[in-house]
Amino acid sequence: MTAQPTPREPSGDVLLDVRDLHTHFNVGGGVLSGGGDVVRAVDGVTFDVRRGEIFGLVGESGSGKTTLGRTILGLAPATSGSIRYGDHDLATLDEKRFRPLRRRLSMIFQDPNASLNPAMTIAQGVGHPLRIHGITSDRAATRAKVAEMLERCGLAPAERFLDQYPEDLSGGQKQRVVIARALVTEPDLVVADEPVAALDMSIRAKVLELMMDLKDELGLTYLYITHDLSSGKFVCDRMAIMYLGQMVEWGDAEGIYDDPQHPYTRALLDAIPLPDPSRKGRDRQLPRGEIPDAVEPPAGCRFHPRCPAAFEPCGWEGRDLVDAIEERWTSVGEDVFERELALVGDLQKAAVGRDEIRFPAADAGALRSWLEDVGPQLPAAVASGIDTVEEDGSDVVVRFRWGPEPGQQDVAGRRVACHLHGVVVRPDGDHVGTPPADRVS
Amino acid sequence: MPTATAPDVGTGAPVDERSSLRRRFDHAIKPWRRANPMARWLVIAGLLITSGFGFLALFPDVVAPYGESQYQYVVGTTDETGPGGEACGRGAECEQIPRRAEPGAGFPFGTTSARLDVFSRVVHGARVAFSIVLMSTALAMGIGVPLGLYSGYRGGKLDRVLVTLMDAIYVIPGLLLAIIVAFVLKQYFAPGLASAAIAVGVVYVPQYFRVIRNHTLSVKEEPFVEAARSMGAPPRTIIGRYVFFNVVQSVPVIFTLNAADAVLTLAGLGFLGYGVPFPQAEWGLDVSRALSDVVSGFWWTAFWPGLAIMLLVTGLTLVGEGLNDIVNPLLRVKGFKGKVPKRGEPTPEAEAEVERQMSQTAKRENA
Repeated sequence: MTAQPTPREPSGDVLLDVRDLHTHFNVGGGVLSGGGDVVRAVDGVTFDVRRGEIFGLVGESGSGKTTLGRTILGLAPATSGSIRYGDHDLATLDEKRFRPLRRRLSMIFQDPNASLNPAMTIAQGVGHPLRIHGITSDRAATRAKVAEMLERCGLAPAERFLDQYPEDLSGGQKQRVVIARALVTEPDLVVADEPVAALDMSIRAKVLELMMDLKDELGLTYLYITHDLSSGKFVCDRMAIMYLGQMVEWGDAEGIYDDPQHPYTRALLDAIPLPDPSRKGRDRQLPRGEIPDAVEPPAGCRFHPRCPAAFEPCGWEGRDLVDAIEERWTSVGEDVFERELALVGDLQKAAVGRDEIRFPAADAGALRSWLEDVGPQLPAAVASGIDTVEEDGSDVVVRFRWGPEPGQQDVAGRRVACHLHGVVVRPDGDHVGTPPADRVS
Repeated sequence: MPTATAPDVGTGAPVDERSSLRRRFDHAIKPWRRANPMARWLVIAGLLITSGFGFLALFPDVVAPYGESQYQYVVGTTDETGPGGEACGRGAECEQIPRRAEPGAGFPFGTTSARLDVFSRVVHGARVAFSIVLMSTALAMGIGVPLGLYSGYRGGKLDRVLVTLMDAIYVIPGLLLAIIVAFVLKQYFAPGLASAAIAVGVVYVPQYFRVIRNHTLSVKEEPFVEAARSMGAPPRTIIGRYVFFNVVQSVPVIFTLNAADAVLTLAGLGFLGYGVPFPQAEWGLDVSRALSDVVSGFWWTAFWPGLAIMLLVTGLTLVGEGLNDIVNPLLRVKGFKGKVPKRGEPTPEAEAEVERQMSQTAKRENA
């Protein structure tokens, strides 16, 4: 690094172009049971990062944002798709050919207490990438470069820190060391995985400010991963909202804050606490429940079971009806519950499928009319997805409407995956039911 | 310079003037300083005993009046007097060491029926014990540690195979395994120090392997290992510089505890006749040769080598247990502030712990 680095102009050319990226993990599956389940941690993500910008990846824990960052850096193997970086496709590079590129792609980790090797001094730890890539050849040169970078990161005088061990530093200082280590090889792209989440509130702003200054000075591009929409607001140029491995909305950050187009984005924004007593009791639309199990994500739109605005084509399926009936029973009186339990029978015995659900009922006719009557009152608008309720012998079969998984469409200059803006079908998605005749091309 | 040059860095502490070597040393002995005094005394007592035997092992001829297989000594002077009894056959006037002399002036630990001085044998036995313990633990460490590191880091099928193999070795009782190995080695090599060391060493390979492998498994999940990958370090570097230095602290503990056990295994081998062959002084062998003496009332031939075994095992165990306390923070007694010349006050945790202990004591007294 020269004393006066030439800042690269944020010219807007594409630094990283990610197309239909999938990262799947096998979970479970012992020696005997074979395959086990597949978690689709990143499931068909397409976006691009422009040189010089800060691209935010925002989502709840379990949304796949960290896995996406790790996949881009080759730390988690991509299952399919492509990541264009210059002339390389990072998704298909093997570890050995990836290694030389790593000086241009670095990562800042969430927990500064765990991401520094406790057995290395600061000089050794920060200088190690330089030695690995052969940027400096002798100890003195490495130390000089490390010292320069440490001072740039606000650890001055560097001599005080060079021979310290990580345990001698405070959390904020450690994170500065982690940042120095990430930047010492003069990277293009820095993946910052919740870089301030583990820090005290009082230090967060300072570290963020440092990252912003270094970005301008060194011409960096950040992929900023966070669960904290409010910090993303100050930082990101563009951002993507992730949910269960997919991007539900991505584009210009300001637009996302001002005019969210996906109900999930809106819910996340509503969840930000505001220090404004006049807004107490405002109509906040928070998503119901928890983020679902990624092993079996909901069909159709993955957000539909929690979505406050879900409607007919969102992909209602068998287990949504079971959940809705159970939820109803938690709120009705005991006599109603007893009567309806006798009618529906044990919910465990229902054959729950994606397109239909089959209740073995004592009195099929009564159950059918109950479903037709009570259906509209069930929570989560699940009834809107019910196509037919039929008696089949002693069973009652509920069939669901066509509920395709939404594809991305342009809304207000952003890419949004939501049926509220018109039903767009994702070609490789998990759909419920069969499309109506007029949709079959 | 960025404007964010942090004001939070200036914590007011003066710039540390200690040299970098000095700081590394301080870092290395930090656990020692933080350990509780009991653990430190265990280590010091153990080290005293062990280093006493170490001195005997290094300079047996300074302490022992006779050689390990010497049964006569020079009394008259001739031109060819050697330092020991070597000249006896060549004209020197020699006298034989008496048989079965009681412990006394000339022979502090007595003599055996084969005219050997028990004291000299015990002193020379320390050399055999030390060299075999060192060789065998070096062997066990040399195989167990790299294998454990590699197996733990790579994981997968190789790991399963190695773990199963090591467990298979581990289920065989140590002495039995050593006998089997010694027996097999006897077919190919003349019995001696090396084959005894191998026989004893094989027993301890699984212990190093298991401890290092399991520790590696947990360390490799640490974010700093992923950080090393993300900066482009090849696996060799990651294992060598990131994993190894974070698992190595358990090695001294296993080393000392194994060394104590190895002394016993070696003695057991010698007792059963599979250790080093006779003229060499080995405590287990001496005890076994003294068995018939005990029946006829000559207690001293078995007593002293036995005592030596016990003392050395005790010394090494004390060091091992003490180190275990010091190195393994879970065993460390909390609340002890240690003698760290900290520039500040005791840590809040320490204070809280002291309070907790005091309140517990109060409760106990009330009850």
